[in-house]
Amino acid sequence: MATKSDKAVKISQKHLLGIQDLSISDVNYILSEAKQFIKLNRSDNKKIDTLRGKTQINLFFEPSTRTQSSFELAGKRLGADVMSMNIVNSAIKKGETLIDTAMTLNAMHPDLIVVRHQDSGACNLLSQKVECAVINAGDGRREHPTQALLDALTIKEKKGKVQGLRIAICGDILHSRVARSNIYLLNMLGAEVNIVAPTNLMPKDLEKFGVNKFSDMKKGLKDCDIVMMLRLQNERMNSSFLASNREYYEYYGLTPDKLDCAKNDALIMHPGPMNRGIEIDTNLADDINKSIIQEQVELGVAVRMACLKIFCK
Amino acid sequence: MKKKYFLNANIIDPQNSLDEIGGLIIDEEGKIEATGKKVNEKNIPSREKYIDLKGKYIFPGIVDMRVFVGEPGYEYKENFRTLSNAALSGGVTSVVTMPNTNPIIDNVSMVDFLKRRGRDKSKINIFPTASLTKNLEGTNMTEFGLLQKKGIIAFTDGVKTIQNTRVMSRIMNSAYDLNSLIIQHAEDFDLAENGMMNDGIISTKLGLQGIPDVAEKIIIERDLALLEEYRCRYHISQISSAKSVATIKEKKQFLKFSTGVSINNLSLNENDVGDFKTFLKLSPPLRTEDDRLALVEGLNKKVIDVIVSDHKPEDEEQKRLTFAKAANGSSGIETLLSLSLELFHNGSVKLNTIIEALTSNPAKILKINKGNLSIGNNADFCIVDINKPWVVKNENLLSKSKNTSIENKKLQGKVTNTFVNGEELYKL
Repeated sequence: MATKSDKAVKISQKHLLGIQDLSISDVNYILSEAKQFIKLNRSDNKKIDTLRGKTQINLFFEPSTRTQSSFELAGKRLGADVMSMNIVNSAIKKGETLIDTAMTLNAMHPDLIVVRHQDSGACNLLSQKVECAVINAGDGRREHPTQALLDALTIKEKKGKVQGLRIAICGDILHSRVARSNIYLLNMLGAEVNIVAPTNLMPKDLEKFGVNKFSDMKKGLKDCDIVMMLRLQNERMNSSFLASNREYYEYYGLTPDKLDCAKNDALIMHPGPMNRGIEIDTNLADDINKSIIQEQVELGVAVRMACLKIFCK
Repeated sequence: MKKKYFLNANIIDPQNSLDEIGGLIIDEEGKIEATGKKVNEKNIPSREKYIDLKGKYIFPGIVDMRVFVGEPGYEYKENFRTLSNAALSGGVTSVVTMPNTNPIIDNVSMVDFLKRRGRDKSKINIFPTASLTKNLEGTNMTEFGLLQKKGIIAFTDGVKTIQNTRVMSRIMNSAYDLNSLIIQHAEDFDLAENGMMNDGIISTKLGLQGIPDVAEKIIIERDLALLEEYRCRYHISQISSAKSVATIKEKKQFLKFSTGVSINNLSLNENDVGDFKTFLKLSPPLRTEDDRLALVEGLNKKVIDVIVSDHKPEDEEQKRLTFAKAANGSSGIETLLSLSLELFHNGSVKLNTIIEALTSNPAKILKINKGNLSIGNNADFCIVDINKPWVVKNENLLSKSKNTSIENKKLQGKVTNTFVNGEELYKL
């Protein structure tokens, strides 16, 4: 039975496809639910039965370690039966289309499908063909909503708020779903967002999203409260986006001298996995006074528990 | 065949500068005997039955310069019979078919096959193109002379562009010697690589790889620079951006060539892609509203000569995929005229300009005696109720493939009858 307070807050969407679709009250609802789970995750008995009897399928078309394990753990802690599909051995490799896979899984009556796919919009397509809720765990370069939500929760926990903060997102913005979801979410929550990237890795018309663009990292980090670094894919070097790792590190790697431009109490974030010595100085990454990368991973489980709970019918 | 008399029609025949209320007489051999205001109730034999069109329009049969047919190799997408039915329902009586079949139309033996199939299965006039280069590889040119003798009307790599400048210059020289028409799909491959839609705010939002408009402009500028040195019959298949319109406008002042545009780019913009609608994944891509308006202006100013349907039938299996994996193109031959009429109804383009771009202009570029109502010519024409409202429904399309870019769109103006060689082959 739904309690009175449960009735008062409701999510506006059936699926979690992207931050773009969420309202501010949706976001606040998810973040407040997630906050409840932080304590649970730190306690001895981490398992509850909120999703007992429910089936969650993790459908990962792209390799992922932390997102997949985070979703798996989140589902299990809520008491759901979690199945992770190994795409390498599945019919997809034998030429089955995404829609056929969706129909097949749908016939098994899952309550939640968590999808990671290399093509932008794949989860939108999937969501049109299944009856259960679809949670986007990253689609192409479009969105990675739970990453943005866990980043926002981490910032809130560490800084007490998001509103009014100046936050820099640095690196390969062009290919980054994390950047896009964070731009939508941090804008929505009232932060000022600076985007720092070499022009080759900056998407077209990004300024129309209400952010400030910089190709000079020091200028972009000026007076920032948060410096969010993105992973640089190695293949970018082979396609003339960039000249070399060492030049990228020189101009866009987070080093102590660049971090000096940010506020004294600025914190460093990274969605992982990190390339030490390419986008971030290894000592900075491990500096417990500045780096909140481990907290991001920890709160990631809580945020995903909240999302699974809220979007499960 | 009996003589046919049509009276009280609005006749538009741009090639003969005809735009008046009058009639049309077709003789016993299916040829045009008379047209215009001189054909009226008073001067036709009183014993003859006539059809009173009561103000409906008569246009010359449309000449569509860019049509993909699935024969050979992709018959499940479209064959000559289904293409004919779709074309006729849209008033199209002549089509230029693209060579992107399986196998590719790049040698003389394929042309014989095409002509035989076209003759046996098609009710409309088929003008096949062959590829510019063997196997569409962009390296070795095909036998323009021999292919032309077999009945090839023009040369194009269809969905592909000649990237190599040296190859392009040699193609132009050969085309000059043999008086061949070269049709280029203008897109720099490296700039457009893996691109799926216009490079801009929508591609950034959807996380899709963009195709910058400069990819089109750079090939147009290169080709036109070559054309100054190597004069030949050169036609740009379709353009999509304001930048291309500006370049072409400038070059047309001193160079002779022609330009087409897809009705999709004249009528739709990148916002129509919406939530990953794969039927709107087109090549060239839909661009911004400013680009669309520049194309409309280009049509008005005669910078653009031809409107094409860019009819590219694709079955569901090629479209029910993620945007990245879906095929390019939309099925559009049967909505070409009605969608073009939208530009007339909303006041953007004069009716005469639209009909010219659909009939006499493509015919002149192709050097064929089609797209007009000249006396003695085969009576290929359509009768159009220019105000009739209708809604595009993919289940009603006659094309074998239902991938229309304008599903559920309300249109005004519908072909009610289409004639080829004086014979009524379509009736609403």
